Amino acid sequence: MNLLAVERIKLFSTRSPWFCMIGALGLTVGFASILAIKSEHVSVGATQGMYLLGLMVVMVMSTLAVTTEYRFGTIRTTFQAVPRRTGALLAKTTVVALVAGLVGEVAAFGSLGAAKLLQPGAALSLSTAADWRAVAGSGLVYALAGVMAVAVGVLVRQSAGAVAILLVVPLLVENLVGLIPDLGAKIQPWLPFQAAGAFLRGTHEGAPYSPWGALAYFAVLAAVLLGAALVVAKKRDA
Amino acid sequence: MIEVVGLGKRYGRTTAVRDLSFTVRPGRVTGFLGPNGAGKSTTMRMILGLDRPSSGHALIDGTPYRELRHPLRKVGALLDARWVHPNRSARDHLRWLARTNRLPPGRVDEVLDQVGLTAVARKRAGGFSLGMAQRLGIASALLGDPEVLLFDEPVNGLDPEGIAWIRGLMRGLARQGRTVFVSSHLLSEMSQTADELIVIGQGKLISQSTVSEFVAAATEHTVRVRSPQVERLQKALVHKGATVEQDGATLVVGGLSSAEIGELAAAHGVVLHELNPQRGSLEEAYMRLTAGAVEFGTS
Repeated sequence: MNLLAVERIKLFSTRSPWFCMIGALGLTVGFASILAIKSEHVSVGATQGMYLLGLMVVMVMSTLAVTTEYRFGTIRTTFQAVPRRTGALLAKTTVVALVAGLVGEVAAFGSLGAAKLLQPGAALSLSTAADWRAVAGSGLVYALAGVMAVAVGVLVRQSAGAVAILLVVPLLVENLVGLIPDLGAKIQPWLPFQAAGAFLRGTHEGAPYSPWGALAYFAVLAAVLLGAALVVAKKRDA
Repeated sequence: MIEVVGLGKRYGRTTAVRDLSFTVRPGRVTGFLGPNGAGKSTTMRMILGLDRPSSGHALIDGTPYRELRHPLRKVGALLDARWVHPNRSARDHLRWLARTNRLPPGRVDEVLDQVGLTAVARKRAGGFSLGMAQRLGIASALLGDPEVLLFDEPVNGLDPEGIAWIRGLMRGLARQGRTVFVSSHLLSEMSQTADELIVIGQGKLISQSTVSEFVAAATEHTVRVRSPQVERLQKALVHKGATVEQDGATLVVGGLSSAEIGELAAAHGVVLHELNPQRGSLEEAYMRLTAGAVEFGTS
């Protein structure tokens, strides 16, 4: 509990996490609002259209929470004060994941709420399990992506490198893989952010997993990355 | 007390620290002296559990640092004053640090007051001058009221006022019975601050002694002797076990005092034209000692 408080103080005593959180909410809710104004037939799924962009911003926030510590040397001060590095890093991961998850929920429900407010006539009630998953599920995806971002930050230790990896993989690499004939379509479901998307938007016919299976797969990937990061951090010179 | 036993650190094929053993005792300032790159910072990082030793170990009062429950309450350290997030206030920096070791929040304001940063406590640490950053670093070291303190090159880049303040602080901490271990690459600095000296070069221990012993040993002088009867004098000196270098009518004699040489000359009826003790400077002696370690290190 103590270490969670430490990481909470660290995260909220600089400005950039606040900017990232506001940015993520502005992008997602702002987009949903514009969409609602322009379209009378806006759907629940459409209000969540900017989920990936908000997710990117939250992942940047999450990875910077680690890489700035390496950049400014405070990770050494941290390990000096808390020699059990795994505990210190798990506390950071937990705080970051909770904040990321909260931002995800606020972004998702904020987007839906804004659309409802601006287009009261549209069919925007959460009537099916799929609708609920598309909105409330955002928080889970954001939280797990936050864990991945922390892990990548620990492994790479550099802001530019970590941010590049976290933006290029979901936005570029995962889409380009789909262009490979035959093989692409087979690999794609196993790419992390395709799986996360499948959880939120629902799976197609013939998908290798159910929506919840897709989330479980995404969670396993996050856990594996985190495990690798913890092992490396423990062995490495700070 | 800090005990370092057979400590070594290799990075690939280069050896930063090799088989280093020494003890740092409480109640005095112990200087850790060596040229830049001698392995002082690496040794300190290993003592603090930040770097993993390739061999040997370091103990704080008999316990490895990594096994200390609340390390900041036992050991305070300032390794690098720039290890602060520039956008975080000095107070917030100390606040999270205090929380790691369950130190009362009141300690933060106490140490800020102690180092004279109260007025700028809520300012971004990134805007601090080097002197202020150094004071913040010292505040973090003092936070847990530790018995053992490590400072890595604390006076580097400070103005004379800041240097005097840090010297006074370190001596005050030692007087309170704490263990104070401070590194420097400047012998002149150490000779003014430290009671005891641990000297390393190329990652190897050169000596551990009191400052006065080190100074006496390091500046062990030679005597310049000029005589019209050099050959006779030289024979007598060598017989006495002195080392003698001849340069024309001049001899440079080591191992005997000028008084002993004068008496020897009188006993042998040798005329002396000059009898001049040569005292090497402290810095010169230090350079000679550590340069020797360089040759030794690569063999």
